Amino acid sequence: MTDATHNTARSASITFGQFLPWLVSALFLLVMPLIFPSNAALTIMNQMAITIVFALAYNMLLGQGGMLSFGHAVYMGMGGFMAMHIMNWIEFHELPIPLPVLPLLAGLFALGLAMIIGSFSTRKAGTVFAMISLGVGELIAACSVIIVAFFGGEEGVSGDRTYGLPFFGIEFIRQIEVYYLTAAWLMISAVLMYLWSRTPLGRMANAVRDNPERAEFLGYSARWVRFYSFCASGFFAGIAGGLFAINYEIVTEENLNLAQSGMILLVTFLGGAGFFFGPIIGAILFTLLQTVLSLQTEIWQLYLGILFVATVMYFPGGLAGLLMMHTIPLRLGKLHLLFVPYLKMLGPALLCVAGFVGVFEIVFHIRNAAPGDTEMTLFWITFDSHDVLPLAVSIIAALAGFWLARRVVPELSAAWTAANTPDTERLI
Amino acid sequence: MNAPDAPALELAGLRKSFGKTEIIRGVDLTIARGERHAIIGPNGAGKSTLFNLITGRYVPTSGSVYLNGQDVSGLAPYKINRLGLSRSFQITNIFPRMTVFENVRCSLLWSKGYRYSFWHMVGRSRDLTEATDAILEQINLTARRDLPAGVLSYAEQRALEIGITMAGGANVIMLDEPTAGMSHSETEYIVNLIRDVTEGKTLVMVEHDMSVVFGLADRISVLVYGEIIATGTPEEVRADPRVQEAYLGAALEAEH
Repeated sequence: MTDATHNTARSASITFGQFLPWLVSALFLLVMPLIFPSNAALTIMNQMAITIVFALAYNMLLGQGGMLSFGHAVYMGMGGFMAMHIMNWIEFHELPIPLPVLPLLAGLFALGLAMIIGSFSTRKAGTVFAMISLGVGELIAACSVIIVAFFGGEEGVSGDRTYGLPFFGIEFIRQIEVYYLTAAWLMISAVLMYLWSRTPLGRMANAVRDNPERAEFLGYSARWVRFYSFCASGFFAGIAGGLFAINYEIVTEENLNLAQSGMILLVTFLGGAGFFFGPIIGAILFTLLQTVLSLQTEIWQLYLGILFVATVMYFPGGLAGLLMMHTIPLRLGKLHLLFVPYLKMLGPALLCVAGFVGVFEIVFHIRNAAPGDTEMTLFWITFDSHDVLPLAVSIIAALAGFWLARRVVPELSAAWTAANTPDTERLI
Repeated sequence: MNAPDAPALELAGLRKSFGKTEIIRGVDLTIARGERHAIIGPNGAGKSTLFNLITGRYVPTSGSVYLNGQDVSGLAPYKINRLGLSRSFQITNIFPRMTVFENVRCSLLWSKGYRYSFWHMVGRSRDLTEATDAILEQINLTARRDLPAGVLSYAEQRALEIGITMAGGANVIMLDEPTAGMSHSETEYIVNLIRDVTEGKTLVMVEHDMSVVFGLADRISVLVYGEIIATGTPEEVRADPRVQEAYLGAALEAEH
């Protein structure tokens, strides 16, 4: 029936403009360890890379396929467990498998699992899909304490990455070697996931997301389109799991439970599910909050939660959406109109945030510090948390900042409108 | 599998019930290749239900639908589409968040043989891009090429939907009230568009606007309470006393 007239003319070669972001990213990944050479920084960057791969994989479902999963950590976690087992087999049976292929094997294992689960979970989108993903997530998390042989019970499965075959003389003892391995897999995965979105299947995933019924009347089974996206997403999540196993040499139930699944949903949404690069921003920001902010405050998750709720309520496009909102003013050459209002907003906004942070931290210290410990340090100032003055100052700062910020809003919104309105005179 | 001289579409004893209510009560109809066929009837006669039965949106309670001689009753919509039948909807049904270009390109993918391919780059196929642009030219939406389909005007969206419907090269095109909710000039524009793009194809449409029906259709079927009470050329149908009684009379009276 199909007249497959494939004149796939290999004409339009990849332009430099399309290639440039990838080149810059690759260079960036190469240079980062020279700027931040400490082991702590490398650990943070590895974690970022892993989260980016996972978040991009998750967005193949959420952003591109319109499938809201509450259990996607299962595929990363299962890939991670498999990678740990292979790592141990390599050690005990002296298998000739070099460490760098481990993420691929983890990905393939997760792909197999995704094919089984996807065969029934992708029949329907929407609530049905979300509920099945939640159920499967809970099921596998429960299995992890029952099937000890595979999941290792509560202590998980651990191993040693350095016992394998040296890969061109590299034994992956040093953190920097692991960094470049992780970065290479990040580049490969990100490029492949981007290319996926440009294939017929990737395009139809968007179509099925927008209007599954119409896609069916164009010859595509919405269910199969969802299934293939789901499998691909599981595969890349598995790669992230393999990278996790290599980095931490331990995988436990925590890597595939519902909290982890919720985390990746949060990361992806925070970054912006509507754009390919959104999850990358989300993953970088989240890892920074998780590693850097958590050293400063015990209640960093509260701030993360507030940020997430604020994003959902005010910027449903996420941070990427917020950035991309500025493309129209940029194209109109009116971005400069926004600078002054933004600067005017910055001061009050910072004051307001600092005020609220003060209130939260002081209250937290009063309630949770050891008995008798009333001294606390916040914003480089040491004071007595039971004093009324610091709390009063914080509350006043929060309210004043809020009030001042409100006063800038009309100017800001007027500037925004102006920046988004084309000059009609120029058109005539 | 495709009998060369089989009619484009044949309905035999088609019935559909929702619960105890029978909406389609035994429809027999043969539509020849290349024919432009209109289905008319009063509100609630079951025209849209009949459409949905033919296109696979609903499964018939009994009876059969033959497309080019092949039994397609109860097949999924995508399977029927692959056999050469394409439809539009009464309520505009496009991909609002995708660009106009993407809308048309997606509707070409299956028929161009790409199927579920994840090893081709859609942007690199000149053939696909040219075919898409040719359709945009045909439906006069070249100027809107890169806009999200959701921001087009109503008439433009209807034109896009017709473009999507015929893009895949199906030889049976089914349009459900293509001019619903349009102004006079928009209607005229869409009718000319339909006449152009369905040249040499079989067209089946449901339509309320009698000037569209009589201007476009080679043959007309009148559906009343789930049964076809008359089929024939516009003149025959117009002259049929049962039709006048059941439908046209009332409609004509209402017009005067």
